[in-house]
Amino acid sequence: MRLTSLEERQREQRLVATRAIVSAIIVLLGLLLLSLRLLHLQVDRHEHFTVLSKDNRVKIQPVPPARGLIFDAKGILLADNHPTFSLEITLEKVEDLAATIDELAQLVPIDANDRARFERLKRQRMRFQGVPIRLNLTPKEMARFAVNGHRFPGVDVRAELVRTYPLVEATAHVLGYVGRINEREMTQIDTSNYAGTHFIGKGGLEKAHEDVLHGRVGYQQVEVNARGRILRTLESTPPTPGQDVFLYLDMTLQRVAIDALGERRGAVVAIDPRNGGVLAMVSKPSYDPNLFVEGITQADYNALLHSPDKPLFDRAARGQYPPGSTVKPFVALGGLASGFTTARKTVFCSGSFSLPGQSHRFRCWRKGGHGTVNLERAIVESCDVYFYSLANQMGIDRLHGFLSQFGFGMRTGIDVAGELTGLLPSREWKQRVRRQSWYPGETLIVGIGQGSFLATPLQLAAATATMANRGYFIQPRLARASRFPGATKETPFPLVSHRVEVSDPHYWDSVISAMTQVVESPRGTAKRIRTPEYRIAGKTGTSQVFTIGQKQTYHESKISERMRDHALFIAFAPVEDPRIAVAVLVENGGHGGSDAAPVARRVMDAYLGGSTLIETPGATDADHESDGD
Amino acid sequence: MATKDISSRLDENADMTQRGLLRRIHLDALLLVALLALCGFGLLVVYSAGDQDIIIVERQLTRLILAFGLMAAVAQVPPHLLRRWSFALYLFGVVMLIAVLLFGDVGKGAQRWLDLGIVRFQPSELLKLAVPMTVAWLLSERPLPPRLPWILLAVMLTLIPVLLIAKQPDLGTALLVVSAGVLVLFIAGLSWWTILGLGLTVSAIAPLAWLIMHDYQRARVLTFLNPESDPLGTGYHIIQSQIAIGSGGISGKGWLNGTQSHLEFLPERHTDFIFAVIGEEFGFAGILVLLALYFFIILRGLMITAHAHDRYGRLLAGGLTLVFFVYVFVNTGMVTGLLPVVGVPLPLISYGGTSMVTLLIGFGMIMSVETHKKKART
Repeated sequence: MRLTSLEERQREQRLVATRAIVSAIIVLLGLLLLSLRLLHLQVDRHEHFTVLSKDNRVKIQPVPPARGLIFDAKGILLADNHPTFSLEITLEKVEDLAATIDELAQLVPIDANDRARFERLKRQRMRFQGVPIRLNLTPKEMARFAVNGHRFPGVDVRAELVRTYPLVEATAHVLGYVGRINEREMTQIDTSNYAGTHFIGKGGLEKAHEDVLHGRVGYQQVEVNARGRILRTLESTPPTPGQDVFLYLDMTLQRVAIDALGERRGAVVAIDPRNGGVLAMVSKPSYDPNLFVEGITQADYNALLHSPDKPLFDRAARGQYPPGSTVKPFVALGGLASGFTTARKTVFCSGSFSLPGQSHRFRCWRKGGHGTVNLERAIVESCDVYFYSLANQMGIDRLHGFLSQFGFGMRTGIDVAGELTGLLPSREWKQRVRRQSWYPGETLIVGIGQGSFLATPLQLAAATATMANRGYFIQPRLARASRFPGATKETPFPLVSHRVEVSDPHYWDSVISAMTQVVESPRGTAKRIRTPEYRIAGKTGTSQVFTIGQKQTYHESKISERMRDHALFIAFAPVEDPRIAVAVLVENGGHGGSDAAPVARRVMDAYLGGSTLIETPGATDADHESDGD
Repeated sequence: MATKDISSRLDENADMTQRGLLRRIHLDALLLVALLALCGFGLLVVYSAGDQDIIIVERQLTRLILAFGLMAAVAQVPPHLLRRWSFALYLFGVVMLIAVLLFGDVGKGAQRWLDLGIVRFQPSELLKLAVPMTVAWLLSERPLPPRLPWILLAVMLTLIPVLLIAKQPDLGTALLVVSAGVLVLFIAGLSWWTILGLGLTVSAIAPLAWLIMHDYQRARVLTFLNPESDPLGTGYHIIQSQIAIGSGGISGKGWLNGTQSHLEFLPERHTDFIFAVIGEEFGFAGILVLLALYFFIILRGLMITAHAHDRYGRLLAGGLTLVFFVYVFVNTGMVTGLLPVVGVPLPLISYGGTSMVTLLIGFGMIMSVETHKKKART
């Protein structure tokens, strides 16, 4: 190197210097290219990337409203929200579901029931909605998951308010219950309002007042990181909570009705005739609605479903029974209103009735007959022949038209989902359903509330309240008013009503007076519930059981009990100023007077402040004399 | 020396007056100030990108102090000593690379580390210095420009460690090492025809490279060509970094206010993708300042190259300076979507020790070339 000449060294230095300058130019061009690229990204497309950046970090999240609570008439809490923590799996985010569950099971106990429920709910879930694998995590389990949570993408702890029914069986049929929203329900609801909500009313009041109880969903704009974890809330529209619902239902009365029925299967419906408010609505036996909220196990469900006592069946609003003699006051009123009978007109009861020119004998329940009966005696002693004759004269069309006004054959419109219509037979109905013309003989059977005629205990109570109101029909209601939590202003639910018009108001007096004699007369079929404390108007009834088990004569003891007639009783009190109307059904109870009426008496006593009826064990034969046909 | 050109004379005058003290301890004031400014800015960005974790900043600061110390130490070593040790260092490095392939630790799916018991050592970093030193040493034996046999020898000496590094596989370092060798050749005055020939050869070999690439390397090239094809996989880095930069606009979202960076949308945001954080938080204006700083450092390196008094010093300073630019361009090109994703940090800004130490040692050598001029003359 040192041997190179000076000239060579200068040439070399120039060469390197030139290369350095060329390099500097290349570097400058490179940096210029970079700057142009950045100009493009940061200036030209700035808007575009700003939007993308916002999209990235800002997510809209639904905030589900808290479901409204339900209170009875005295403020007792019937449906509550209980905060719980559950472990949820979002299926769309999990690759190997089975392995994930197995690994989770090593962290928190997951038993066969949990897995079964998971499988069941998995089939009903909405897309991208978590399915709970474990409910009611303990704080310890939550901590254990929190430490290991990062190993389980797609598995989250969710805090949510879960519905509980503190009074358990006592309100099961009335309130219904909420459960997880399934695919079918998804098609029927406003999905945006239910974004974030997991539960929906599945039956009873919970379903009927779903819109009021649910509230409106809120939204929050949250900033999330790349893993979807929420860092902070940017903006929020709070949800409108569901409104609390206040019922007419009085738990004191409800309990009295439950106790009065005891171990018997049956239903009690008590209505305040002044406003249509349902004071008590009982169906026995009952079940625990809390089992259904998070999804009932198959074993529990099967036990309920296959029980011969049908605890899931709401006898009050869905039980359809021939109303029997309880319709007689209404038929009588129809006879008066249409002029086919008067309070004085009499009919001779020989024990049976035949249509002119026909040999078939329609029997009165009393084989020997009642002799000459007028309208009052016909009701008090429940004479079938009188009503055969009256129904025959009125004809099915008039009978159907009049009884419809009391709500027979149609839904009362009560705020309990799933109410059934019963059946008030008519010419049109028979043609439509059976493709047969109407026979006059059938009119007679309708006149005594048997045959195809079906009514629910609720319909009977509503019709009784209408009678007590002298024609003022008010649609029965469980819910009195709703109120936003924390607010003071209540929003009453509207009254829906119509009037049953009769040409002479005295017709009401005649029928009500006869119904009063049912309880007060020594010959009355419900005389055993007479009380000096207030006056009761009532009517007994018996509905015949059409059992399919007639051939199964082997299980005689068991079947014979189930084949006994259902006992019915309708009543209202006090007669002068009715404040309560009651319908009682006791399945296979035998006689309305002896079995159903005392239940009604105990409910009325509780409501009107009467002394509780003491059941007389040594009841005489006369006491047991009751209606039939 | 009467033949000394004017600028050198001016330089020397300046040395004697303004930069006398620093010059005496063999540091170049202009480079030092620019490097300190760059590293200081880097600390600010690391603090923001590292979620304002002061521990990360402390660690980076410790490394910086160590690296600047090493830089100052290396600057004391006169170029002729560096030259003498060049080939030995190269041989040592190659042996270490072979050792890594045989016994190395696997980290992030690649064998790069050699565990020496006390420290974990990454031999490929050593080659970033050893290769330009060796090529400079080789070419300084003969007058410039080099003749073909020497060129081929230099290319061979470069490719041996490059292939070993590529096999680890570490595409980014391989790229930097190969460019170090080639850039020394360029500074040495490689004729334009030879450069063209080399360029054509490389483009002919490129399809062969595709065949020996690992799957992840191919995926990187493919996603570079079309990042949207796999937005949640390999394309995620590119898309997210472009969103970060683009949303920064002209003035940026402000220091510590980058949403992309802080919300973890941006992967490797305090290491390889830290440039996107700068783009997001400081905007186009901030990036221009950064690029100007880089340009100043490179320009100063090239000035030192042009004014160096011996062949080895020229070649080494020029090669190291241009490798520094390759660092800058490959990283920013990758983050802005101009180039495929290659694991190259943003020099002197990115969090992490090894590359910073290597780079500053390199600047120590450049300073040595500049500050030992007198000694070389006497």
